[in-house]
Amino acid sequence: MQFWLIQAFNGISYGALLFLLGSGLSLIFGVMRIVNLSHGSYFLWGGYIALSVIWATGSWGLSLPLAALAVALIGLVMERVFLRPLGFDPLRQVLLTVGFAYLFQQGALDIWGGNNMEINPPSALTHSVVLGGMYFPLYRLFMITTALAIGLTIWLGMEKTRVGAMVRATVDDAQMARGVGIDTNRVSMLIFALGALLAAVGGVIGGAFLGVYPGLDFEVLPLAFAVVIIGGMGSLGGAAIGAMLVGLADNFGKALFPELAYFTLYAPMVLILAIKPTGLFGRE
Amino acid sequence: MSATMSQKARILAVAAVLLALAIIVPLSSSFVVLLATRALVFAILAMSVDILLGFAGLASLGQAAYLSVGAYLTAILAAKYQFGLGWDFWLVVLFAVLLGAATAAFFGLFAVRATGVYFLMITLALGQCVWGLAYRWNSLTNGDNGINLTSRPNFGLDLANERTFFFLVFAFFSVTLLMLYVLVRSPFGRSLEGIRERELRMQILGYNTWLHKYIAFVIAGAVGGLSGVLWAHTNGLVSPDTVVLTTSVDALLMVVLGGAGTLVGGAIGSAIVFGLREYLSTLVPWWQYVLGGVYVLTILYMPMGLMGLPARIRQWRGARSRSANGQSLMPAQS
Repeated sequence: MQFWLIQAFNGISYGALLFLLGSGLSLIFGVMRIVNLSHGSYFLWGGYIALSVIWATGSWGLSLPLAALAVALIGLVMERVFLRPLGFDPLRQVLLTVGFAYLFQQGALDIWGGNNMEINPPSALTHSVVLGGMYFPLYRLFMITTALAIGLTIWLGMEKTRVGAMVRATVDDAQMARGVGIDTNRVSMLIFALGALLAAVGGVIGGAFLGVYPGLDFEVLPLAFAVVIIGGMGSLGGAAIGAMLVGLADNFGKALFPELAYFTLYAPMVLILAIKPTGLFGRE
Repeated sequence: MSATMSQKARILAVAAVLLALAIIVPLSSSFVVLLATRALVFAILAMSVDILLGFAGLASLGQAAYLSVGAYLTAILAAKYQFGLGWDFWLVVLFAVLLGAATAAFFGLFAVRATGVYFLMITLALGQCVWGLAYRWNSLTNGDNGINLTSRPNFGLDLANERTFFFLVFAFFSVTLLMLYVLVRSPFGRSLEGIRERELRMQILGYNTWLHKYIAFVIAGAVGGLSGVLWAHTNGLVSPDTVVLTTSVDALLMVVLGGAGTLVGGAIGSAIVFGLREYLSTLVPWWQYVLGGVYVLTILYMPMGLMGLPARIRQWRGARSRSANGQSLMPAQS
């Protein structure tokens, strides 16, 4: 019983991290139909920039927003300057984002070097709480609450605000949205920046958990895709459920069938893609 | 332009380049021989990607899977059973091709139905499945450490000699190129191109487009399996690093860099990537910027890749002379 509870808790907290990583990718795909292969780089750069801020100021609390905003800016420039001129050409857009992923990788190696690093969270978050005789690390609880708070904020923003309505209209039918006077270019820019921001937040929070090291970008990228594909592209709720499923599948897979651990993660992704390409909760 | 004439000229040009390679490379330093061998192995993988991308219009992000089943088969047979180190090397080649084809035949059942971005992602997921097995199935694949191949086959020809081995890889590359060329010029290849251009029309004309794409997928898998055998013996180590996403991404980018739908484009892309990665990296630390920059610039400004460069120049000249007459600078959209 304890085993299942602990594993489930670990899986859910890992899923919270994956939600931050995957939701941005899902939003970007939903609005712009861009498969962004530099999404892992945003995650990695978020972690690295946070490290730099921590070295400079000593403040972990400051590093989170600064890194997130810096990466959002990078995403914004990338969309504005490089992706938009390509127009609607999925393959070239994908390939372009791969090219950028390589550039980001080399950039990170030059700036921050090749060592494995870790982001140390403030000591208040390193304790554990005891509930019903079991220890729950506070940091994992923090991951879950952060993801919940961010997810709820975005969901409310999408459902209740004017901008949110514009985004939903663009996801449903970009041409019609343009027809009724929505500036879909601005929506795209906003969403791309938001997606990059979310990935960077994931990178900072995950930095205490996964570490920050060269190659992390291409390691988390397939996971982000698993989240998005299982949940359905362009759907925030789908991303949340996809992230939970991937988090749990990863933890239980590693604990129960170590030899098949990653297979149990990606095989369902293949099946879902084959049976319902839009994902469990995606729309046509 | 006269298509038939330029076709003949192109074949002659490719043959001349191959001949030059076969003469120049063995006379060069062993560093160059190794570099050319690696580039040729990946050129085979890139051609398998091109069959899908350039002719069937399917962008695969999981081609490393077939390379790795071939490579793991070779490594496991050699390390555990001492099989494939003599004449039986040719049997291993056959098995690897069959295993690559079989893997693709299985994966194709899931993947071929998908189109566009979804095909990209399902092949990515399939590639990750193979990676997951290679990484975690310790008893078979030796996990993260991978499998070392201590010696290369020796069947009269001693492949431990780098130059002999280069010739073998070169021969495999040339034969594969020739066979794939015959394939894409055949009615089957033409139908594939028709499907790439407009699948619905081909369906209406009575073609079983799924089957065409499926066969292309299986052939690409078989070619990928072949590249795996050669890669195992080139590298001497088969590990999950062989199967990672970046290998598939590289293969796809090589094709785009050289020019999709040309077969030799992938070889050119492979030569450039390996040249930059292994030669430039010894000269400057920032080589990867050059590689990334080349990718980005190619995709932004040369959608047809380097093989499309002559056409691009003609187009540009035409556009310039037209703009001199006060007409649009925009090249005509095909």
